[in-house]
Amino acid sequence: MWRIRAFEEKASELFARGKISGLLHLAIGQEATAVGVCGALQASDQVFSGHRPHAHAIAKGADIGRMFAELAGRRTGYCGGKGGSMHLAAPEVGFVTATGVVAGNLPLALGSALASQGRGKTDIAVAFFGDGAVQTGLFHECLNLASLWRLPVVLVCENNGRAEFSPLSAHTVVERLADHADVYGIPTETTDGNDLPGVRAAMDDAVDRARSGRGPSFLEFLTQRLRGHYEGDPTHRRNDAERTEAEASDPIGRYARLLQPMLGDTELEEIAVRARAAVELAAEEALAAPWPEEGDLLANVVAGS
Amino acid sequence: MTDAIRYIDAISSTLRQELKRDDDVIVLGEDVSYGGPFGATAGLSDMFGPTRIVDTPISEGAVMGLAVGAALAGRRPVVEVMFADFITLAMDQLINHAAKLRYMTDGQLSVPLTIRVQGGVGGGYGAHHSQSLEAWFLHVPGLKVVAPCSVDDASGLLAAAIRDDDPVVYLEHRGLYWSKGSIMSHVDPATIGLAAVVRPGADVTVVAVSRMVQVAMSAAEKLAADGVDVEVVDLRTVSPIDLETITESIRRTGRLVVAHEAVVTGGLGAELVAGVHAAAFNSLTSPAIRVGAPFTPVPASPHLERLYVPTVDDVIAAVLETLPER
Repeated sequence: MWRIRAFEEKASELFARGKISGLLHLAIGQEATAVGVCGALQASDQVFSGHRPHAHAIAKGADIGRMFAELAGRRTGYCGGKGGSMHLAAPEVGFVTATGVVAGNLPLALGSALASQGRGKTDIAVAFFGDGAVQTGLFHECLNLASLWRLPVVLVCENNGRAEFSPLSAHTVVERLADHADVYGIPTETTDGNDLPGVRAAMDDAVDRARSGRGPSFLEFLTQRLRGHYEGDPTHRRNDAERTEAEASDPIGRYARLLQPMLGDTELEEIAVRARAAVELAAEEALAAPWPEEGDLLANVVAGS
Repeated sequence: MTDAIRYIDAISSTLRQELKRDDDVIVLGEDVSYGGPFGATAGLSDMFGPTRIVDTPISEGAVMGLAVGAALAGRRPVVEVMFADFITLAMDQLINHAAKLRYMTDGQLSVPLTIRVQGGVGGGYGAHHSQSLEAWFLHVPGLKVVAPCSVDDASGLLAAAIRDDDPVVYLEHRGLYWSKGSIMSHVDPATIGLAAVVRPGADVTVVAVSRMVQVAMSAAEKLAADGVDVEVVDLRTVSPIDLETITESIRRTGRLVVAHEAVVTGGLGAELVAGVHAAAFNSLTSPAIRVGAPFTPVPASPHLERLYVPTVDDVIAAVLETLPER
């Protein structure tokens, strides 16, 4: 979690300094869902993320140096600079891809699960999405299919209460998003997404269900993002009370308080320092990496190109 | 060479062959275990079972995305889109994921996916069951698009599509389903990206696609009786376009007519003519002419449908227009 936080804060800084361009959606405040979910997975399990993917990629084991290089559009990035923040892919660690299309990754995860099921394998698939994805038609088609075919997939809804700029209440009257999954007969759990052990426990159950052939699960994690929809979001403002409340539920602070009796303040501080140092080094190397070359522009449109 | 069989049977037998050849080939679509509305997948479910011949709900968007996900995992899905018009519901997954994932991930991922799309005018099916949408797919980097007219190509290009490591949109015209021919390429798939001169001629080149190849051939026969020698090129692949075969033909004839069933505006013909202008403008002795449908949705009334769809007479008129006054 510390590494993710440090990565996102560094990304924010690099964006502010003009070292990273594009649309940058940070997961500051949502680290516990990424870590709790991915921590329950095996290397061969397949994760599909959305437009806010950095935390998921890091939690699944992606290299932060290659991630920074990708964000900065460099040749050494995971996607040679062609993907950028929203289209990160590190399939070698089971972080198959992210997508800029809200809910677009759900069917991809289902297809991965179908392939695993059809080959008699026990690998499972995970799709991360936000509360904004739940109002798409694709979401409902996918829940129906996942349930109908008992696919080994875990659908992870990070409900941060905001879809783009507006609150969830402006998008739907459904207060508990997991109710949608109830309709399709999918087991659900709605829980505190800022509580790492709680996230992990919910995910362990879901993974067990998927891996043992008992079908999909829908996990709704209630969380918050502590930054705007994207860096530079003109509507991101919080009053003092909101800020205090948000900071009180910061998943890193909460987990640190849990660990404090065991590790002590010094060790906890060192964890944070080590994470920031690793991130600084990775960012520095990424920014020194070469730009893509002219010939790269036309490469990999189709196989052999 | 085999005995003459129907185009629709060439599709089913090639699916059967590819399903047997490679365990990763799976077929997904609405009612595919029942054979679909035209019988293209008839009998496959009995042979390969429900894990490989997968009936789907009417959820085109999710099914297309799911097929992409399965392809990313190494399967070779063949998705059937029952009517071309319904691919509109799946365009997001087709364009944003199937076509782009190889490029966006710089080759880390590939999407070996075949999309069988049945379309075309005929039978008074109206505006939601009759369109030809090849120009939409042509506009998308990362997609290959084939449109077989002959029975041989129906087989050879389907095998090629399934074995290809990129997404291939395979366009079927239902007006061809019952036409007969022989399969020459049952073992070796055809090559995607090659057009074919199906009737050599000296005076005018007619490049046609899908069912319009048959129309162009009929036009060429009639014109031959009047002493006009038409060369017919079957485009076979819509993307990438084989400009080499086409320009080579135009260098001999100096005249070009493009014939497709889709609306003329913004169509395949426009791209083809622009490509020919860039490559062989000086070989043209008269302006190229496009034959296609008028700029309207497809009407349902049989009378209006006949007026809508390009005919043998339309191709003949276009060919004559390219020739000097006689």
